[in-house]
Amino acid sequence: MKSLIFKTASSYLLPLLLLFSIFILLRGHYLPGGGFVGGLMASIAFLIHSFAFGLKETQSIIKINPGYLMPIGLAFAVGAAIAPFFVDAPLLKGLWFEEPFRFIGMVGSALIFDIGVYLVVIGATLTIIFSITDTV
Amino acid sequence: MLVAVVLGFIFALLVPFFSRFTKRAISLVYPLIPLFLFLYFLGFLEKIKSEGQILFHYNWVPSLGIDLSFRLDGLSLLFALMITGIGTLVFAYTANYLKGHQYLDRFYGYLSMFMASMLGVVLSDNLMSMFIFWELTSISSYFLIGFNNDDPASRKSALTALSITGFGGLVMLSGIILLQVVGGSYSFTELLNSSEIIKNSNSYGWIIALMFVGAFTKSAQFPFHFWLPGAMKAPTPVSTYLHSATMVKAGIYLLARFTPLLGDTIWWNSTLVTVGAITMVYAAIHSVFRVDLKGILAYSTISALGILVFLIGIGTEKSLLAAGIFILAHALYKAALFLITGIIDHETGSRDVSKLAGLQKVMMPVAIAGFLAALSSAGLPFLLGFISKEVMYEATLQLGNWALILTALAVLTKILLLVAGFWAGIKPFTGNLPSEFNKAHMPSPLLWVPPLLLGFLSLGFGMFPFFIQESLIQPVFSSISGSDTTIELKLWHGFNLVLLLSVLTLVSGGLLYFFLKPSKALIEKTFKFEVISPQNIIENGSNLFGSFARFWTRFFQNGYLRNYVITILAFLTLLMAYRLFGEVNIYIDWEQISTVSYYEAIVVLMMIISIIFAISTNSRTTAIVALGVVGFANCLFFIFYSAPDLAMTQFSIDTLTVLLFMLVLVKLPKNKSFSSKGMKFRDAFLSLTFGVLIAILTLEVFEEPSSSEVSKYFADNAYLLAKGRNVVNVILVDYRGFDTMIETVVLVIAAAGVFSLMKLDLNPSKKDL
Repeated sequence: MKSLIFKTASSYLLPLLLLFSIFILLRGHYLPGGGFVGGLMASIAFLIHSFAFGLKETQSIIKINPGYLMPIGLAFAVGAAIAPFFVDAPLLKGLWFEEPFRFIGMVGSALIFDIGVYLVVIGATLTIIFSITDTV
Repeated sequence: MLVAVVLGFIFALLVPFFSRFTKRAISLVYPLIPLFLFLYFLGFLEKIKSEGQILFHYNWVPSLGIDLSFRLDGLSLLFALMITGIGTLVFAYTANYLKGHQYLDRFYGYLSMFMASMLGVVLSDNLMSMFIFWELTSISSYFLIGFNNDDPASRKSALTALSITGFGGLVMLSGIILLQVVGGSYSFTELLNSSEIIKNSNSYGWIIALMFVGAFTKSAQFPFHFWLPGAMKAPTPVSTYLHSATMVKAGIYLLARFTPLLGDTIWWNSTLVTVGAITMVYAAIHSVFRVDLKGILAYSTISALGILVFLIGIGTEKSLLAAGIFILAHALYKAALFLITGIIDHETGSRDVSKLAGLQKVMMPVAIAGFLAALSSAGLPFLLGFISKEVMYEATLQLGNWALILTALAVLTKILLLVAGFWAGIKPFTGNLPSEFNKAHMPSPLLWVPPLLLGFLSLGFGMFPFFIQESLIQPVFSSISGSDTTIELKLWHGFNLVLLLSVLTLVSGGLLYFFLKPSKALIEKTFKFEVISPQNIIENGSNLFGSFARFWTRFFQNGYLRNYVITILAFLTLLMAYRLFGEVNIYIDWEQISTVSYYEAIVVLMMIISIIFAISTNSRTTAIVALGVVGFANCLFFIFYSAPDLAMTQFSIDTLTVLLFMLVLVKLPKNKSFSSKGMKFRDAFLSLTFGVLIAILTLEVFEEPSSSEVSKYFADNAYLLAKGRNVVNVILVDYRGFDTMIETVVLVIAAAGVFSLMKLDLNPSKKDL
């Protein structure tokens, strides 16, 4: 797309939307949001960017192949799921730090799990979208 | 104990990582793992002798009655020792046999994965976990048979083996479930107490029939035997380990294990005797028609497995004892013969028994091992094979009316197996060395020590049977038969009918060996019977199935997306119409309906307008954007009725879809009118009907009293149990966390699927355009 307004706007939109997606991810446990929606929003951010600047440019911003986010995310999710084994609790039991963290609030294995979902969603959607746009 | 079983899996997981750094030196470390396990299990000998059995228990899925409980008794100890002992030898042998192979580490990974699964099969007390390990052995066997994956024949054999054994495994699973329904437990130890209930129940026939299919497919019994000769495409260490010594005996293990629980009924005994007898004679005849050493050994293995099924089927104490001894004797000599075949193949490049001769000149130790193994297989005195043969004849002779015919069958099988054993173990090492094998030389000790060791074990156990009598065979016997009778193994039974039969076997076998020369002409005579062989029938059946599937797929999946959608919608519409034709229960309580506010009316209006836009426009972009508007309007409704999570997700998904469509659509040529009037009418009709039906269905939902217990529980406990205030999110990451985890995996698989489909270039020449 060659619209100057769109290009300028999207270069500002990308970091804003990414920040917003992380915000959505973190608040998920208490207010509407969560890893899945957050991940979708992050992918939308990249998608808008690639509309304005082209696929190559976006890929160079992401640096790594988004496909790698999938195994990393899975590792997060599975790690959070089996972590309770180490304290002799059943699979997927929620574990929590005693004290809330600054800005983030309570941190527990559910958050790690959600981060895993977030990463998998970004990885999967971007892989699907990039490989489709790449081919047509 | 859990560590001992899982060690192989852990190892298999690690191999690809650390082999990269230590490509060369490491291969000698590999055998240490089975060796360590072998010593570990050896340590249990004394304890098993005095206590009979040891149980280990680890919780796994207690809510389903599935545990990782392990039961070590005589039978499982014998198998565990064979698995780890022969495993050690095979691991060491492989180090030289596949030296420098590109995928050596991968091979070791598969091997140790197999070893762990096999240990799991024989040690599991819980039938469900046994089934899981059982299927794992099938899978690792698939990898190992197809190890030379660029050879189409290997791949085909691997697939055949997997389909046959996998099919059997699934049938067995239904047997296990049925057993649990009747007996009330998955635990074998607990089931033993309700043996009588199970035997008298109506489902008994089904249970044993289903179990039999599992055992027969795994242990290559007629008519499922044909996957085993094909499996010989695998490298020789695999044939040794999986397809003669251990995995194919899993079916035998199963039958022996279930004898105290399900055995000693007329159906059990007669089925096993019939199938075992057919298999042992059929395969023994086959084995003398082969010229390929591995083919000979494959069929003689099938025949030996038949003998074992036959012996278990007879079910007397004597015959169960014979089975116990024969399991060990056969593993020792057949593994040795396979290893020797591998050496011959490795050194001369040929496995044609009609050509091989005179190799004793270059590889004396191998020849000694071959002689010992062949003699043990023939059942010559002072070898373990002799004892097992004597006990077997004793067992068949005790059978009254049937004694004559069963003994005759056993003798016939033994005679033919003697010839097969001699061909594999003696023929290549006698006579003059043909000139074409001049280059053959003495192999590395890593190759010849394992078979020689096995040969000496056959000799040692045969000469001094008291050595294994009390420590190993007695516990095996007790756990198969469930009786306390003290057994005695003797080398000399005095002059009696059994000895006479032995002499008869040896003499006629020996004569047959001298007069029958292996040749290609013999094998060709069997070709005309191929048409009616089970292999041919099943392969034709699966080909027919394949062509039908192709026709069916072509018919429905013709490559046009619109046709897919039409097919799916039409099918659903018919299904729903059929269901709703019977009765429609719509009840709308007009009193309770909330008043329609003006903004809701506006949103509905928006939706209608954009739908009209979408179907009347000629531009693809407009249509997609219009559809996007419908989606967003939907989100508004979610917000009106307080489902912000849903609205957010729907909003993001809609945005993504529209953007994705735009990306693709931009590159398509300009829209022309493709559809005719008739097609438009058809589509309109279909979508209208579908929409109306869905609407009716949605309204019907109100008829069902919504059970709010679950949602109330979730809402009340979200913060207390999971420390979250957003119930939807808590359900996703906590209550239903397992679902979510699996869904993310599905997402990854979908992404991988799209990626590979998109990048798959079936027509490379197109790139130039």
